[in-house]
Amino acid sequence: MDDREVIIKAEGIHKAFGENQILNGVDLEIYKGETFVIMGGSGCGKSTFLRHLTGALTPDKGRVSLLGKDLALLKEAEKEDVLKKIGMCFQSSALFDSMTVAGNISLPLREHTKLEGNVIDIVVKMKLELVGLRGFENLMPSQLSGGMKKRVGLARAIVMDPQVIFYDEPTAGLDPIVGGVIDKLILDLSKKLSITSVVVTHDMNSVFRIADRVAMLYKGRVVEVGTANQIKNTENELVRQFITGQPDGPISFMQTGDDYLESLTK
Amino acid sequence: MKNLLDRFTSGALSAIGGIGRAVMDLGAHTFKVYNLLVETIRWVVIGPFKKKFVKSDAIFSQMVFTGVESLIIAFFVAMFTGVVIAMQTAPQLATFGGTVYVASLVAVSIARELGPVLTALVVAGRVGSAMTAELGTMKVSEQIEALETIALNPVRFLVVPRFLALCVMLPCLTIIADFAGIIGGFIVGVFSLHISPALYIDVTFRFLTAKDVTTGLVKAFVFAVTIAMIACYKGLNTKGGAEGVGKSTTQSVVISFILIILFDCILTGIFYFTKV
Repeated sequence: MDDREVIIKAEGIHKAFGENQILNGVDLEIYKGETFVIMGGSGCGKSTFLRHLTGALTPDKGRVSLLGKDLALLKEAEKEDVLKKIGMCFQSSALFDSMTVAGNISLPLREHTKLEGNVIDIVVKMKLELVGLRGFENLMPSQLSGGMKKRVGLARAIVMDPQVIFYDEPTAGLDPIVGGVIDKLILDLSKKLSITSVVVTHDMNSVFRIADRVAMLYKGRVVEVGTANQIKNTENELVRQFITGQPDGPISFMQTGDDYLESLTK
Repeated sequence: MKNLLDRFTSGALSAIGGIGRAVMDLGAHTFKVYNLLVETIRWVVIGPFKKKFVKSDAIFSQMVFTGVESLIIAFFVAMFTGVVIAMQTAPQLATFGGTVYVASLVAVSIARELGPVLTALVVAGRVGSAMTAELGTMKVSEQIEALETIALNPVRFLVVPRFLALCVMLPCLTIIADFAGIIGGFIVGVFSLHISPALYIDVTFRFLTAKDVTTGLVKAFVFAVTIAMIACYKGLNTKGGAEGVGKSTTQSVVISFILIILFDCILTGIFYFTKV
């Protein structure tokens, strides 16, 4: 396993927002071509961690290397070159409301390539066909349902044929069938085009459908990394509780640490 | 008594601390707006050489929104102001038989002062607020981050077209507003004060110099930079959902208004003391 090429490497990532320490030293290696799932409860820092991998945030301490380069150290032009090789699928889809579906998907092509307009139109049609939305080119994002927006966001993420795609909660808030379709798309892209996928999610069905390897984040640290099977049969109480969704266990659903009685009578 | 004194001192100290923090905040924001301006100008200047300039249709659509669609409101605001100045000053001028000078008074005060300032205020309210709201919504709905991950710089892609459109269109609107104000004065002068149209026009252009108009246009340009920078800065730094967008939009308009008046004061002072 270890002979595979490491495409993303995070070493000792620390990040705090004001007083709030979000990440407490996260170390991870992601190999080329695999589908890597980062799971964890809400607020455990997994989306924040993903933003460090894409260079949207810089760590307070530690370093991230993406495609062999540390984004925090690169000049703007070099950073852009790396960013052109990745795609990102946002939790809220983050489609540009002022553009049509086709406008959204073709934007990276229009800005970064010298392709002719009619070639771009064909590429857009092909990407939309991949996500099952051909024929929706001229709709505005506000006319689409949540699941359709996610799929358009995915089409936009893959339009430059990236080497790595990051997904932030790709199936959150979708009905099970659309969720399944998205999972299948992620798998197809990884297997057919050997794209590396990094998926942040807390949807357990989705995790075991798509993951080659899984990491679990808890309180800003990685508690366990392993293949999907290893995680499924883990001895770790934290991970077991998370997978089975038990209300009682080492993970408390209470976010505050202080004493209930004390805070009531304070 | 001692207790009271203690409370007073601590109150006074915290008030001083508050003022200190406000000044520091103001300094920090000013510095950030300045940085945004520098980066915007950098993109405007080096952009064309790096083949990474903004698409012309982006600038064009912003120019339509900023300029063409503000035309009617800017025209009528200036025209009615011209009417008001003529009506307010005619009785005063009549007391020493100089009613005809209504023409020059309206023309000079509109060209030097009210044309640029009122147009800038109208545009700050109409265009600046829309820019902040749009960029703010993009910020809180992750669209700005999405732009960055597809390797598009938000300053180049969003700020530069808005900045250029305002810098071109606000002076244009100001010229039209100058014209509208003079028409307003003309209406009162001809139809109410019974000055002959030819005389009104003659007096207008005898006193209105090119300098009056150009100083007004310099002002308009400075106001355009101010509106664009404040609106974009406030928009790009929006935090906290729908409420945050509302807050940034209000702040953007309020700050633009204050700065327009402040810069108007400073520029008028400069023109006054250098006898321009």
